[in-house]
Amino acid sequence: MATHATHAHAHAHAHAPVKRYSGILDWLTTVDHKKIGILYLFAGLFFFLVGGIEAILIRIQLISPMNDLIPADTFNELITMHGTTMIFFAAMPIIFGLMNAVVPLQIGARDVAFPFLNALGFWTFFFGGLLFNISWFIGTVPDMGWTSYVPLAGPDYNSGVGVDYYVLGLQISGIGSLLGGINFMATIINMRAPGMTFMRMPMFSWATFITSIMIVFAFPALTVGLVALMFDRLFQANFFDVNAGGNTVIWEHIFWLFGHPEVYILIIPGFGIISEVVSVFAKKRLFGYSSMIFSMVLIAFLGFMVWAHHMFTTGLGPVANALFSIATMLIAVPTGVKIFNWLLTLWGGSIRFTTPALFAIGFIPTFVMGGVTGVMLASAPADYQYHDSYFVVAHFHYVIVGGLLQGLFAGIHFWWPKMFGRMLNDTLGKWTFWTFYIGFHLTFFVQHFLGLLGMPRRVFTYLPHQGFDTMNLISTIGAILMGVGTVILVINMIQSWTKPKGVANDPWEDGRTLEWTISSPPPEYNFKQLPLVRAYDVWWKEKMDGNREVPPAEPVGPIHMPSPSILPFVMSVGLFVAGFGFMYKLHWLAIAGIGVTLVCMAVRSLFDDHGFHIDPEEEVHA
Amino acid sequence: MKRILPLFAGFALLLSACGREDLSALNPQGPVAKQQFDLMVIAITIMSIVVVVVFSLSIYVLFRFRRRKGDKSIPKQVEGNHTLEIIWTVIPIVLLIILGIPTVQTVFSQAKDYSDDPNAIQVKVTSYLYWWEFEYPQYGIKTAQELVVPTDKKIMFELTAGDVKHSFWIPAIGGKIDTNPGMTNRYYLEFPKEGVYRGKCAELCGPSHALMDFKAKSVSPESFDKWVEAMKAPAVMPADPAIAEAFQAKCLSCHAVGDQGGSAGPNLTGIGSRQTIAGILYNSDVVADPQKEDKTTEENIKEWVKDTQKIKPGNLMPSASDLGLTQEELDGIAKYLAEYKLDY
Repeated sequence: MATHATHAHAHAHAHAPVKRYSGILDWLTTVDHKKIGILYLFAGLFFFLVGGIEAILIRIQLISPMNDLIPADTFNELITMHGTTMIFFAAMPIIFGLMNAVVPLQIGARDVAFPFLNALGFWTFFFGGLLFNISWFIGTVPDMGWTSYVPLAGPDYNSGVGVDYYVLGLQISGIGSLLGGINFMATIINMRAPGMTFMRMPMFSWATFITSIMIVFAFPALTVGLVALMFDRLFQANFFDVNAGGNTVIWEHIFWLFGHPEVYILIIPGFGIISEVVSVFAKKRLFGYSSMIFSMVLIAFLGFMVWAHHMFTTGLGPVANALFSIATMLIAVPTGVKIFNWLLTLWGGSIRFTTPALFAIGFIPTFVMGGVTGVMLASAPADYQYHDSYFVVAHFHYVIVGGLLQGLFAGIHFWWPKMFGRMLNDTLGKWTFWTFYIGFHLTFFVQHFLGLLGMPRRVFTYLPHQGFDTMNLISTIGAILMGVGTVILVINMIQSWTKPKGVANDPWEDGRTLEWTISSPPPEYNFKQLPLVRAYDVWWKEKMDGNREVPPAEPVGPIHMPSPSILPFVMSVGLFVAGFGFMYKLHWLAIAGIGVTLVCMAVRSLFDDHGFHIDPEEEVHA
Repeated sequence: MKRILPLFAGFALLLSACGREDLSALNPQGPVAKQQFDLMVIAITIMSIVVVVVFSLSIYVLFRFRRRKGDKSIPKQVEGNHTLEIIWTVIPIVLLIILGIPTVQTVFSQAKDYSDDPNAIQVKVTSYLYWWEFEYPQYGIKTAQELVVPTDKKIMFELTAGDVKHSFWIPAIGGKIDTNPGMTNRYYLEFPKEGVYRGKCAELCGPSHALMDFKAKSVSPESFDKWVEAMKAPAVMPADPAIAEAFQAKCLSCHAVGDQGGSAGPNLTGIGSRQTIAGILYNSDVVADPQKEDKTTEENIKEWVKDTQKIKPGNLMPSASDLGLTQEELDGIAKYLAEYKLDY
C-alpha cells in the first residue's frame, strides 16, 4: 500500500508548481480532508443552532394547553424543519466532519482516496441544506413532517413549494452523503498505513467503515423515493395517487428502507467515538475489540431488516408485524454486548473525568434507556399504543440526543486540539455537560409518560384537563436548559480561538492511536513519512515500549498532494440553482443549473490535473 | 424467579391507574388495551433488569476506578473475556424470548377478523380533514364524531381515509390503526365498561391534526338498540319554516339529518346528545364533568359556525358568512340542533 512512496520516486524529477490559495478562496477550493472536516463541523454546528432554535420555539408553544404563540401551520413547519435539519444538516455533517478530521490520521494516510469528491460531498451537502432552509425566507416552508408521508406531501394536499424544498434539498445533499460513503470505503480499504491490518484499525475508523457501507446501501432508497415524489409533484406522475392506481403505503416502505438504516448510520459513528474516548481516559485498551467490531457489523446488517417497525400500525398484517417485531428485538443483543464491553473497559482502569470522558460516560446509561424503550417499541401490539405518541418522541431523542449527540460532543472536545491546535476549556466543558445533560433528561424523560397518557405527537397544542400540563411545562424548562448548555459550548469554542495555537501532539497524554503522533494541528501532508504499524493501539504500544515516535515505513521524500479546485463549489451552486428552477417550474433555470454542473464535470474529466509535490525538507508548513 | 414476581407486580402497580380513565393507555378499560398494557409490563420488567445491572455496574466502576490524584500508574490492559461475551449475549436473548413469545401470540390474536361474525358489530370508519365518520352497515345508519357501541359485543372496524392519512386511536380501549386512502384496514376493539372515551387522531394530517379528537361512547346493549332505532328515525326538521328553509338550503347540501341531506360533512342526527361540537368544544349541558370554560351546545354551535377557521385552522367547512347565514338564521339553527337529541 505504498502508493505515495512509489509516486514520490516516479515524480522526483517532475515537480509541478505548488498550488495554494489563501483566505476565503483557500476554503472554497480546498480538497484537504482536514479543512473539509472543519467546514463540515462548522456548517453542521450552524444548522444545529438553527434546528435548536426551532426546537425551543416548539417547546415554548407547548408550554401550556391551548397556547397561541405559534399558529398551527407554522408549528407543523417548525417540527418538519427541526427534524429534517437536525438529522440531515446537523448530525450527519458533524459526523462527516469528525470522520474527515480523524480517519485519515488514524489509518496513517495523507488524505482520503478521492479528495476532489470529498470537497464535492461537502459543497453539495451545504447547498442542499441552504436550499432547504431558504424556504423560511422564500416560498412556503415544508410542513408535512420529516417523514413526508403522502398524500399529505403530494401535489393535491400540498400545492405550495414547501415539499419541493424538502425533496430537492435532500436530493442534492444526499449526493454528498453518498459520495462521502464511497470515499471512506475506498480510503479505509486501500490506504491504511503499512502494518495496519483491518484488525489493528482503531474503532472510530472501523465505525466509519461500517457506516460508509450502510450509507452506500441506504441512500439510494431515499433517492428513489424522492425522485418518485418529485415526479408526482412536478411532472404529474401517479406513484402515490390512489385515484390513478397509485399507493400511499409504498412511500412509507421506501422511506423507511432508507430511514431505519439512517438511524444506525447516525449512531454507529457515535459508538466508535465512545470506544476511543472510554479507552483513552481509562488508560486501558478496549475490552473485547473483535466483539465490538462484530456487534457493529451485526447491527448494521440487522438495521436493514427492520424498517417496517415504523409501520406496525399501517396495516401490513400479522405475519409482517410478528417478523419485524422479532427482528427488531434482535438488534438489542449486539447493542447490549457493546454496552457491557465499554463498562468492562472502564473496569480496572484509571478513569480521568475530562469533558470528553464525561460525555462518553453520560452516553452509556442514557443510550441504554433509549435502547430499553426501543425494545418496548419492538413489540408490535404494544407499539399500537406507543406509535405516533410522545413515547416515540422520547425514545428517539434519547438515542439520538442522549446517545449520538453526546458522542459527538465527546468527539468534538476530544479531537478539538488535534483539529485546531488549541484545547477547549475544561471548566466550560463541564458546565456544558451538566446543563445539557440535566436539561436533556428533564425535557425527554417526562415525554415517555405523556405518550402513554394519550398525547399524540406532532400536535401544535393540547386540550387542558388531560393531565398533560405539568409534564409539558417541565419538558419546556428542560429544553431551555439544553439551550443554555449549547450557548456555553459555543462560547467555549469562540474563546478557544482567542488563545494562540500551540498544543502538544498528544495533549491528553494518554493517546493510543496514530493521530496523536503528529502535530496539533497536523502539517498539510499529515505524515512526513508514512508510519509502520506494529500493533493495535499503535501509539500506545510504542509508548509502552519506550519509543518516542512510531517508526517510519518509508524514507523522506517529496509528497504528492492533490490540487485544490473551485469546481466542487461551482457544481454545487449549479445544482442549487437547478433546484430553484425545478420547483418554480422555470425550466430554463433548471437546465442552466444542470448545465453548469455538467460543464464542470466535463472540465474535470477532460483536463488532467496531476496535483503537486511538497518537499518536506524545504517547505516550512505546520 | 421469586424476586421477579414482586418486581412484576411493582411495575404493574407503578404503571397502573396512571392517567385519565377515559384516555390513558396505562389505565386500560378494554381487553385489547389490557393485553397491550400487559406486554408493556413484561417489556419494562425484563428491561429493568438490564437497566439495574448496567446502572449499578456504571456507578460502581466510576467510583471504584476513578483516577486518584497524582496516580500515574498504567492499569492492566485486558484484551477481553470469552465467557463474559457469551453470558451477555445469551442472557439478553433469553430475556427477548420472554417478550417475543407473548408478542407474537398477541399480534395474531389481535389481528382476528370478525367481519363475518354475526355477533360482532361492524363499523366503517372514514377519516376526513378534520372529522370522523362512523357508518353501521348492518343498520344502514351513519353518524359522526361520536362512536356509540354496546358493551357486550366485539366491534369490528373497517377503516379508510377520505383524503390524507389519519390514524384512529382510543388509548383507553386499545392501540391505534392507521387510515389509508384507497385501502381498508381491519381492527377490532371491545368496550366492556360503560363510559365516554376520548379518541385522538394519531397521524399528522395538517394544521388541525391536534384538534381532530373524537369520542367513543360505550352503552348498555338495550341503550345501544334504542340508539340505533332513534338514528333510523326520519329527519326532525326545525319547527320554524324560515329556519327550516335556511337549514335545508345552506346546511343540508353537505350535512345530513335522518334521511335527508348530503354526505360531504358530518352527519348531524342527534347532535344535541353529543359530548362535543367539532370534536373539541365540550358541551357543558351534556358532559358529565363540565369545566368552567365549557359552553352549552347551542353556544358551541354558534361559535363554531361563526368562524370555523378560528376553531380548526385549515378545515373544510365554510363559516357563517361564506354560507350567507344571517345571525338570526344561525341562532335558530343552533337552537334546533342543540335540541335535536336522541332518546337512548
